[in-house]
Amino acid sequence: MTMQNKPVTSASEPTAFKFEWSMISRHGGVVALIAILLFNILITPNFLHPQTLFVNISQVATIAIVAVGMTLVIATGGIDLSVGAIMALSGALAPLIFTSPFAEANPELGLALSIVVPILVALACGVFNGALVSLLNVQPIVATLIFFISGRGIALVLTNGNLQTFTNPAFSYLGTGKILGFPFQGYLVLIIAACVWWVMAFTVFGRQLLAVGGNERAAELSGVPVKRVKIGAYVICAGLSGLAGLIVVAINSASDAARIGNLMELDAIAAAVVGGTLLQGGRAPIFGAILGAVIIQLVKYTLLANGVADEVALIAKAGIIVLAVYVQQARKE
Amino acid sequence: MLDTTAFDLRRYIQGNNHSLGVWITLIALIVFGLLRYENFGGSYNISSFLNYNAMFIVIAVGMCFVIMTGGIDLSVGSVAAFTSVVAAYLSPYGIQVALPGAVAAGLAIGAINAFFVVVMRIPPFIATLATMLGAKGGALVISGAQTISIDWSSNFTKLGLEKAFGILPWTIVITALVVFGLWVLLEKTSLGRTVLAIGGGEDASIMMGLNVTRAKVLVYVLSGGCAGMAGLFLASGFGAGQPLEGIGWELSAIASVVVGGTLLTGGMGSITATVAGALLLGLVFNILNFENGRGVISLSAYWQMVIRGAFLFVVIVFQSRVASSAQKGAI
Repeated sequence: MTMQNKPVTSASEPTAFKFEWSMISRHGGVVALIAILLFNILITPNFLHPQTLFVNISQVATIAIVAVGMTLVIATGGIDLSVGAIMALSGALAPLIFTSPFAEANPELGLALSIVVPILVALACGVFNGALVSLLNVQPIVATLIFFISGRGIALVLTNGNLQTFTNPAFSYLGTGKILGFPFQGYLVLIIAACVWWVMAFTVFGRQLLAVGGNERAAELSGVPVKRVKIGAYVICAGLSGLAGLIVVAINSASDAARIGNLMELDAIAAAVVGGTLLQGGRAPIFGAILGAVIIQLVKYTLLANGVADEVALIAKAGIIVLAVYVQQARKE
Repeated sequence: MLDTTAFDLRRYIQGNNHSLGVWITLIALIVFGLLRYENFGGSYNISSFLNYNAMFIVIAVGMCFVIMTGGIDLSVGSVAAFTSVVAAYLSPYGIQVALPGAVAAGLAIGAINAFFVVVMRIPPFIATLATMLGAKGGALVISGAQTISIDWSSNFTKLGLEKAFGILPWTIVITALVVFGLWVLLEKTSLGRTVLAIGGGEDASIMMGLNVTRAKVLVYVLSGGCAGMAGLFLASGFGAGQPLEGIGWELSAIASVVVGGTLLTGGMGSITATVAGALLLGLVFNILNFENGRGVISLSAYWQMVIRGAFLFVVIVFQSRVASSAQKGAI
């Protein structure tokens, strides 16, 4: 595997327009997206209705946000299994905070705290993950396994396993608010993606992160603060997961610690891989991850809208993951 | 780390100084339990403890093989759920059909994993992630998302209830046989040595002329078969095929393997220490239940997840210390 000097997004490579197999495989994500869209326009009833678009945007947002964070972690050659559990933790904390007597006495401060504190807790989880991986040299799968298991446990202990329902329009804006008719979280995804893309393309940290993923030893020898960069990736991923947890809770106006972010790690990894992230690290196609998230969401929606059972949708998702990685693998050889 | 070819206890322990900790902790916990709780050493507790943990032990042992090659198998939990449904459907024909049927279903899914990893060269993490989703979907499809009750009139129920030779439940006997068989395979056959060599260095193993492909196919098929066996135990233990069970089992199994001192990078590992790791994780809950039973503290089921995570953390920190001091000498 070679070190990438530029963050290459699969869509932005300037290639001569020659229609051949390599072309399809390079832009596999885009081709897949177009195929799904065409299929839906022809088959799925009411697919072109604006409501369909809004539903899909509001649902894809959480996958996309987590997938962006996951992309950074995978780009360092790691993986983060704890994203779903961290979502559950932050999603359980927020309602606990804004339904507390203190927050009801000071609504504005309570609202601010209910957003800031869960995200701070999520960031702390990220520091923990990152420190285990980089300082103690624990393999990322094992290191993030700790929070995968105990994070949701902590969330359940905090809420005693109860479903917390609430009415808090200000907080729910995170998940149900609209700007110019489009869901608020859709804008949030674009802003986050743009910021992270900018960081990866134009900042020292971004370049160092890709260098670490490309060849950790070489990066270390050339003076990259490998440990700090890795911790940074896990912290960003955890922070974004925390935010995604808040959005899920805001969409539902309810928080069930057992369900928030369940299996999200799989969706996020799948989105990142479909978007062209190499599992070996060294590449961070941020917009590719968004594309991957959109494809995963659309496949789910397509199957659901056409009355295919949930469980078959799982098998379809499995097929997509294998196909995406296989195409990626074939391209490399 | 191929120096454990002959079974020499002293060398065995020294060569696996990663797994020394798990034995010490396990014995300490058992002694603690025996001293503190009246019924801890009773035959009922021992038998039900082993009966319940049999499926986790079998899965962890299969996982250990995959991890020793430097791979991973995330599909085991879903495979167990799938084969528990298969076993429940086959239970009217008796255990002589249900057991091979469930194991064969597991072996088949393991073969799919092997195909993805070895032929299509998809990274194990992703390949088995896909079969995890696929097997889960498959389990829900064939069961109609319902638990499938086993046939109580057939001899299938003997598996968990009746005792072999009047001493231990069949589940435990079968588990012991599987563990022993796999221990022999790893420690006494060239195939087992090849598995370890692959984890130590795949390219080097190929250059040495070892049959790497065969060994890699073996570990995934084996892990699938072990998961299939666990599914059988699941169906017999709960009296039904459980398409929704098995979530997070792969992680418990990985935890058992890691606690047993096997490094996820592959190249070294021990079947016995993995069994000890699985027993240790199970024992933590057993002791927690006893502690709850005394009424001094009362921890909800949710605390178990937190404690399991904290426990894993402690073991990992301990291990990384050992590993870093061992590696200083090795490299």
